[in-house]
Amino acid sequence: MGLRGEAAIVGISEWKPERRPTAPPIFTLEQWARLAREALDDAGIDPSEVDGICCTNIRESDSFVPSTITEYLGMQVNFAEVVDLGGASCAAMVWRAAAAIELGVANVVLIAAPSWPSPRPPAPPSGPSSWRYGASSANYGSPQAEFDIPYGNVAQNCGYAQIAMKYGAEYGYDPEALARIAVDQRVSANHNPAAVFHHVPITVDDVLNSPMISDPIHMLEIVMPCVGGAAIVVAGKDVARRSKHRPAWISGFGERVLHKTPTYAEDLLTTALIPAADAAFEMAGRTREEVDLISVYDCYTITVLMTIEDAGFCPRGEGQPFVREHDLSFRGDFPCNPHGGQLGFGQAGLAGGMSHITEGARQLMRRAEDHQVPDADIAFITGNGGLMSEQVALILEGD
Amino acid sequence: MPERPLPTPIERTQPFWDALRERKVKIQYSPSSGQWVFYPRSHAPLTLADDLEWREISGAGTLYTYTIARRPTAPDFAGDEPQIIAVVELDEGPRLTSTLVNVDESAISVGMRVRPVFEDVPDSETTLLRYEPAP
Repeated sequence: MGLRGEAAIVGISEWKPERRPTAPPIFTLEQWARLAREALDDAGIDPSEVDGICCTNIRESDSFVPSTITEYLGMQVNFAEVVDLGGASCAAMVWRAAAAIELGVANVVLIAAPSWPSPRPPAPPSGPSSWRYGASSANYGSPQAEFDIPYGNVAQNCGYAQIAMKYGAEYGYDPEALARIAVDQRVSANHNPAAVFHHVPITVDDVLNSPMISDPIHMLEIVMPCVGGAAIVVAGKDVARRSKHRPAWISGFGERVLHKTPTYAEDLLTTALIPAADAAFEMAGRTREEVDLISVYDCYTITVLMTIEDAGFCPRGEGQPFVREHDLSFRGDFPCNPHGGQLGFGQAGLAGGMSHITEGARQLMRRAEDHQVPDADIAFITGNGGLMSEQVALILEGD
Repeated sequence: MPERPLPTPIERTQPFWDALRERKVKIQYSPSSGQWVFYPRSHAPLTLADDLEWREISGAGTLYTYTIARRPTAPDFAGDEPQIIAVVELDEGPRLTSTLVNVDESAISVGMRVRPVFEDVPDSETTLLRYEPAP
């Protein structure tokens, strides 16, 4: 059961993340068109071959999103999917595309995460922004609106801090080990010209001396919000064989979705990644030891720590000594997010989640230049949505 | 000071808020599964039994986890920092979101016993359920 590894990522477009946009806003539909064109050109595939799309929300339409996009692109597709799994959305789109291809439903699927600002309407809508409380919903009837937001339990920082605090109470907390994750990934970012922190090295002391945002999380353990955008092309065997680059075959995946608010987790330290990673490895018929690099969602350092544990690269509770004993940079003995991760590369909205996929594929295509992991053949990738509670694991393989 | 967001109860959840107003904690219970439930729902989680009934509990519990937000968690909470945001595990099992009051930061630890503090929000019908260390 599962994928046979007959669909591959064959083309990539990724805009350099920027903290402040240096170019004007672009409508989401136009971003889709640009990203699609660039990713297809990268693969050497004609737009007329596209017969599937996976998308997230767009600014121009709250519903009927896929058909709004296909109409704009002038495409007719057999497979149209909207995915709403936060930071796990892009990874979730990858396996959906691969599954559609292996089922024979589609042959070339476009996946895009346009994350550049879009123009504001001349008369802005009144009322508070829907993102006033981050990912927490203030809509009428929303459990978060009634039972969480009034207590200030809002969105990401304080949720991940609650997870980190619980982790510390269970296993002990080693702030230096957590800081090392940010530092090692920054080394990789310093070798990636596309990274927002390409020119800014950091030390463990820098991390520990950065302001405490929400105990025990320091500012330099949190991603930098950016603007950007990314797209990939997923194609079936025949198309992949005639594309320009070494295909990154999608050989395994797992997905697990639990709660939205960490308060209501069955167990805050048992993340959705455990079953998702096991499923991915089993499907691919691969072991942890065979993995050449991991490219895993890293909104916070604690996310990386728990991901390394829950994906099975070390026993649970032993992640802190593990990251002290290993070099996580692209040139280290356990390459983790060789593009710098979102911590070093920047988090351009949902394109931040896509960066783990583009990087995994780029490494297998051997196109990572100064941050190339030698002989990269097998990559383990995660997408993480919400508060460790929406997890997708992927395994990509070169020939 | 910005206006704090207050809950807008719906018919389903009103008994919880009415109880807080009377200095009581009431949550739902599903007799068929023996399961206590929070937040209030129409059907019991997992079993989807429609036998949920309201029962009064003490509200006492332990601190499951917490964080101290040094920056406001949203613009509406500017001036409230540090916000001690708490997840309380009720003795009956379910967890709820709250904040800790009447406590020194250095005295907070995961697993500590906590008890309810009922806070009437001025100029509103709302009573919030906050927590403090239990002696």
